[in-house]
Amino acid sequence: MKSVGSSIRRREDPALLTGRSRFTADLTSETLAVAFVRSPVARGIITGVEAPPETLVFTSEDLTGVGSIEPVLHRPDYVRIPQPLLARGRVNFVGEPVAVVVAGSRARAEDLAEQTFVDIEMEEPMLGAEVAYSAVRTHPGSVSNVVVEGAMSTGDVDRCFAEAAEVVEISIRSRRQNAFPLEARGAVATFDPVDGRITLHASTQMPHVLRTAIADLVDMPESDLRVVAPAVGGGFGQKMALPSEYAVLVWLARHLESSVSWIEDRRENFMSSFHSRDQTYVVRAAFDAGGRMQALDGDLACDVGAYSCFPVTWGVEPLMAMGELPGPYDVQHYRVRSIGVTTNTCPMSPYRGVSRPVLTLAMERLMDVAARRMGMDPLELRRANLVSTFPYRSATGVVYDEGSYVQSMDEAARHVDLTGFRARQEVLRREGRCIGIGFSVFSERTGYGTPTFAARSMEITPGYEVVDLSMDPSGRVELRIGASPHGQGLVTTLSQLVADELGLEPVDVRVIHGDTDRTPYGWGTFASRSMVICGGASQLAAQAMAGRIRSIAGSMLEASPADIVLDGGKAVVAGTDQGAAIGDIARLAHHQSHRLEPGAEPGLHARASYDPAGTFSNACHVAVVEVDVETGHVTVERFVVVEDAGLLVNPMIVDGQIAGGVTQGIANALFEEIVYDQSGNILTTSLLDYLPPTVSEIPAIEIHHLETITDASITGAKGLGEGGTIGAPAAVLNAISDALSHLGVEVFEMPATPERVRAAIRRAEEVVRG
Amino acid sequence: MKPAPFTYHAPATVAEAAALLGEDAKVLAGGQSLVPAMNFRLARPATIVDINRIRSLDRIDVGAEIVTVGAMTRHRRFEEPIEPGPLGRLLAMAAHKIGHLPIRVRGTMGGSLAHADPAAEWCSIFRVLDGRLVATGPEGSRVIEASGFFDTVFTTAIRPDELIETIELPRLADSYRVGFAEFSRRAGDFALVMAAVVLDMDGETVRTARLVVGGAADVPIRLEACEAALAGQSLTSDTIGEIADLAAESVTPLEDIHASVEYRRDLIRAMTRRAMAGAT
Repeated sequence: MKSVGSSIRRREDPALLTGRSRFTADLTSETLAVAFVRSPVARGIITGVEAPPETLVFTSEDLTGVGSIEPVLHRPDYVRIPQPLLARGRVNFVGEPVAVVVAGSRARAEDLAEQTFVDIEMEEPMLGAEVAYSAVRTHPGSVSNVVVEGAMSTGDVDRCFAEAAEVVEISIRSRRQNAFPLEARGAVATFDPVDGRITLHASTQMPHVLRTAIADLVDMPESDLRVVAPAVGGGFGQKMALPSEYAVLVWLARHLESSVSWIEDRRENFMSSFHSRDQTYVVRAAFDAGGRMQALDGDLACDVGAYSCFPVTWGVEPLMAMGELPGPYDVQHYRVRSIGVTTNTCPMSPYRGVSRPVLTLAMERLMDVAARRMGMDPLELRRANLVSTFPYRSATGVVYDEGSYVQSMDEAARHVDLTGFRARQEVLRREGRCIGIGFSVFSERTGYGTPTFAARSMEITPGYEVVDLSMDPSGRVELRIGASPHGQGLVTTLSQLVADELGLEPVDVRVIHGDTDRTPYGWGTFASRSMVICGGASQLAAQAMAGRIRSIAGSMLEASPADIVLDGGKAVVAGTDQGAAIGDIARLAHHQSHRLEPGAEPGLHARASYDPAGTFSNACHVAVVEVDVETGHVTVERFVVVEDAGLLVNPMIVDGQIAGGVTQGIANALFEEIVYDQSGNILTTSLLDYLPPTVSEIPAIEIHHLETITDASITGAKGLGEGGTIGAPAAVLNAISDALSHLGVEVFEMPATPERVRAAIRRAEEVVRG
Repeated sequence: MKPAPFTYHAPATVAEAAALLGEDAKVLAGGQSLVPAMNFRLARPATIVDINRIRSLDRIDVGAEIVTVGAMTRHRRFEEPIEPGPLGRLLAMAAHKIGHLPIRVRGTMGGSLAHADPAAEWCSIFRVLDGRLVATGPEGSRVIEASGFFDTVFTTAIRPDELIETIELPRLADSYRVGFAEFSRRAGDFALVMAAVVLDMDGETVRTARLVVGGAADVPIRLEACEAALAGQSLTSDTIGEIADLAAESVTPLEDIHASVEYRRDLIRAMTRRAMAGAT
């Protein structure tokens, strides 16, 4: 029985659902607790730190020999700004750690932190991407507030605009967000008095990279540090950046020769973890009379906060936006300029989809606006421009493997019964009710390895994954991976892949992850990569091991290895009833190794790596919304997804990824927003003010699948972790604009809060009233 | 997110509780507002007087004219009408809008009134019903009328050494229609604006009206101009629209990150209109 393709239950869930999983916060007993003293102001000069007598408090001055966080992009426009682990001399955002207090309990540490006063000579903060060319530098002495600037031009953009039948320009605003993992950050640094080694249990998506980074920062041999990611309650990118707090903990454990813990609270997470997607785009397109987009011109700006996040740097948002703006649309005359601007706000890190929710919003709003302007059906305009021959090479040089862009849109339109919807919309409008429908067609670049990351010129270039597979004498296998799943169900799906190759059941495969002592060096889990890359490596290792088992079985059974089939826990000579239990073969390999062929390695082991260029998933999202004209409130009444992620290893897990992603996308579209005031104070530091949607706000999400299999992924599976989030905001904002089209209202800003939607309606009403 | 140090008392009687209260003490009822405020260290009482063990405070007595509610009665008790008339209906309409189920299971009517968050449903309801309450302190008990209860945000006529013992709400004759509407960002959130209306009807004509807007200003606001304008009118959609416009003009709303002054006026118009149109 093959397991791949079947929705077996997640092996991770029993422990999670019964509260037996161990998260970082479950590991704090017998540790000292720390609390960070954080800057209460956005910008200024530190003139003193005063703590109550007898307080165990450390500031930057105490951290001798400790480096700064300073990730590197090898680009001439990239500005390097070192981030001290604790603020040194200046503070650069509200919430920046200035000192650390150690006490017997977190409550006591908070008491002492509260009584530790930081004297700061305040300065006017630099806020918003509009400070890009200010004479005042966010970081005094630095060359520019523009810390990364990408620009490119292909073809003859000016000529296309000059000859265009229609030029459409829109502005898009995405407000700042927090990835909002349910478990905030946290770490426990345990000191081992026997050998002085430190074990850091940390809520992270990238244990190996974290180990490298922290060992370098505190100047210790990497082998003296073990990093373990226990159960992790969501990351969404926020935990693939290095928190300065984790490095401070390791330093403290070494310095104090004690175990110390820090469990971030929600307020700290909102203030000082990482933010994302504070972006402003102006996008212009030239169309010919038939609706073919001849040229695309983008001017993109990202507010990337006070410091560059390690390892991906503060170039990640602007440069991804630049490289992928055209999305699924074929346009060869492309010009773009994209900047990252440093400000006195919390640093940016990647968040599920990174810039793609915003660029998809831009392209999909553009399509709807252009269609309305040109009197075309918006789906026909898309059809005229969607990539439909493969492999496709984009204007930015990216190669798209085969996808189903047009087909996904057509399937989605069929599922929502567009004709029936338009009739219902008319009827309801006569009753004063406004419903609307919005489409979003997009590509999702996934599973990209070192070749693709190398194009970003990162000093630290991620990409490959390595796995170690071994079979024990009982015939069960252990798969040790460098990926670091934290909710994706990878233990289940990888065990399905490996079990199928070896003729075992998934339960016979133990997946070990998230422990630098137990797993090969790897990059962790992010960027919709683990099923493609770690899954590919796992399949290769399992195939190698299967070959070895067939070979041993062939000599045991006096048959050709090519004739041996592994199934149901047995190695069987095809077409016969002759066979041997895989467990017996494993015994032989370990305990009767003299019976193996001369020179053969005893035991059963395989190591494999995989490092693909990447593949493209794609999908079409459709949102149906109702807008309350009096209040501006938007209800999402239906949400349809037609997704093409290639082979589905476990369809239930795929659907879960899509549903979760769409939920975060709707959150982006309607609810979640980090707000700073004009003094740089963050106003959204609790769940009273930062509003993730609840189950009441999210409709049941209807998911349909297409399965385009390409050789860009050896398993046939394409990544899909981010797609839900990428497509949903555009579908929702297009639906709002459709609902209000009879009033002449269009929305271009997310989240489209009731206040913003109502303001747009009010403006339209005022125009009508004159 | 850990509270500052405090001492904790759990008295068994109102008299014991009153004896423990004072300037630096806080009463812990359902704790749904106080505990988060303490965790944020926005509230840092030196003494907590937990009244959850005072059994006599958890009761509802339905009298002929008045319903007497013990201060510790949980929100959830009002989800089903506590009496068959318009009062029970209005309380149920509002109770369903309070937070989420776990909040309604813990939170109390007395705690909500004492906390006096202008966006709390019970504050608007208390005001629109012209209720009164009994506060008890070291010198005994006194009655406070709804009209003189709310001073400003989180501030009431209750003295630091008093606690609310009971709340008295008048029952309404069957000639009354009641309505309630509120707008919040998500299900269970604090309202950005709410409106409560109590209409004494003579057939299809309004005899007298009481209209309150909550969440818009520092205290629940009685809209007396609207009430006067409603008297003698029949509830056509035109009349309701005019009264809603008047309501929006007669309040100067607060501004916060979720709603500007202009937007809150729009919401006042919408919620007062819906409360009146939906009154049953």
